[in-house]
Amino acid sequence: MKFSRKALGIPYYIFLLVFVAAPLAVIIVYAFTNGQGHFTAVNFIGFFTDPNTLGTLCYSLAIAIVTTVVCLLIAYPTAYILANSNIKAKAVILMIIIMPMWINFSLRVTALKEVLSVLEGNLAFYPFFNTVLGMTYDFLPFMILPIYNTLSKLDGSLLEAAADLGAGKASSFIKITLPLSLPGIVSGVTMVFLPSMTNYVILDMLYNSTYIMGSLIGSYFSANNWHAGSMIALILLLIIGLFSLFTGSLTDDAAESKGGALL
Amino acid sequence: MNTWIKRIFFILVIAFLYVPILVLAVYSFTDASNIGEALRFSGHNYVTLFTTEDLTGMIIGTVILALVSAAIATILGTAGAIGAFYSRRRIAASMDAMNRIPVVNADVVTGFSLCILLVVVFGASKDSFFPLVAGHVTLCAPFVYLSVLPKLKQMDPSIYEAALDLGATPAAALFRIVIPQIVSGIVSGFALAITLSLDDYFIATYTKPATFDTISTYVVNATKGAQTNIKTALWALSTVIFAIVVIIVIAANIRSARQARTFSDTYRERAGI
Repeated sequence: MKFSRKALGIPYYIFLLVFVAAPLAVIIVYAFTNGQGHFTAVNFIGFFTDPNTLGTLCYSLAIAIVTTVVCLLIAYPTAYILANSNIKAKAVILMIIIMPMWINFSLRVTALKEVLSVLEGNLAFYPFFNTVLGMTYDFLPFMILPIYNTLSKLDGSLLEAAADLGAGKASSFIKITLPLSLPGIVSGVTMVFLPSMTNYVILDMLYNSTYIMGSLIGSYFSANNWHAGSMIALILLLIIGLFSLFTGSLTDDAAESKGGALL
Repeated sequence: MNTWIKRIFFILVIAFLYVPILVLAVYSFTDASNIGEALRFSGHNYVTLFTTEDLTGMIIGTVILALVSAAIATILGTAGAIGAFYSRRRIAASMDAMNRIPVVNADVVTGFSLCILLVVVFGASKDSFFPLVAGHVTLCAPFVYLSVLPKLKQMDPSIYEAALDLGATPAAALFRIVIPQIVSGIVSGFALAITLSLDDYFIATYTKPATFDTISTYVVNATKGAQTNIKTALWALSTVIFAIVVIIVIAANIRSARQARTFSDTYRERAGI
């Protein structure tokens, strides 16, 4: 066979079909069938009529929204201060912010848990607060980095022009800096929001026994209930799909900034 | 904003990220079984960490898993990116689209769906390690693909054509012209793959053999079990990993600083300054 550069892509194409596309297809089929392989909407109707699962959906959304807002409130000023500082060692400081992320997340959450147990006495008293704190601790750099990237690329002459035209600091921030840093905010939000709906290990480790969407998959998995588990996975996929649709082309660099956050 | 407020805010953020890790690091060198107890130096956590077979086994297992899956992911993802780059638009677009899915998807969903396909539908045994390695490659390869593709786009295509005109076979031109130009993307893709595999909990949980543990799954189970000597040995593990990260970061910074210097030197020489 003649060597072709295009042919190099074939193994990965097949790999993606088998390990990415096929599992999603199987999830959809399983979500709408029962143990005998017959079509059923029981899982679908069950999810949206059971107050427990609906409660879980609401609790996950609450955790995810609060975590995202807290991360944003901490990350934006941090990124802004760093991007606008005139220190030479910006790269080093950025590195200091990223470095904790290379420690295994379970060990980092353990560290947080040990410190919190001393401060709070009993972790079980503040489950919601602890979960948000744990997730913020884990995901914060994912929010800081993309915002810093967009802020540091910001064209300074725009701000000078605004000042020349008589804009005050506050109004040039609201009318120029904030809109131009929106892509960074959106990628940060994408990288924090979805994991905080699904990363149930952080809850478990901080002794929060309330379920989030991820914990439902975990418990159906332990019970070998593949069909109900698939329905949860499908609902999460739909949420992720809606989210990407909603944020549209702005998330194009989300993947890059996740890579950038880790390297 | 006032400079002092800025500084204090910034220091608080750094403190938030580092205090738990550093507290754990300090206590890892004591005989305390809980944070907050009196500090009495002891190296017993490090002895436990490096002599308990359970612990050393899972650390070595995690590292081997990361190396193997990152290697496979790097080969697949790099070849895939090269193939997509030279393919027709539609094929490249469908590859891009599929490649995006594991990147944006929640790891719980990726792991669970792979488990259903491989284990439930096709009856693959988790003990064969096949589902676990396949899962980690699925997690990592898309990031390799994404870090190689921009390098291909930056490449000057005429060099490859020149090589063919000068009589190189397409394969030789690929290995001697294309690969050297994208090697930085391949290396960062590989490094990214390693970190993703090391940090993964969810895909491993859904696809691993029952008797095998990665660092993440082990730590999560250990915090539930609360066996004191294991719990405190994990403080030592956290400290060791932190130390390794610091060493790697400093080494990489020194190297890149040196490279930056040589680059500016060559630039000056060329410009005749």
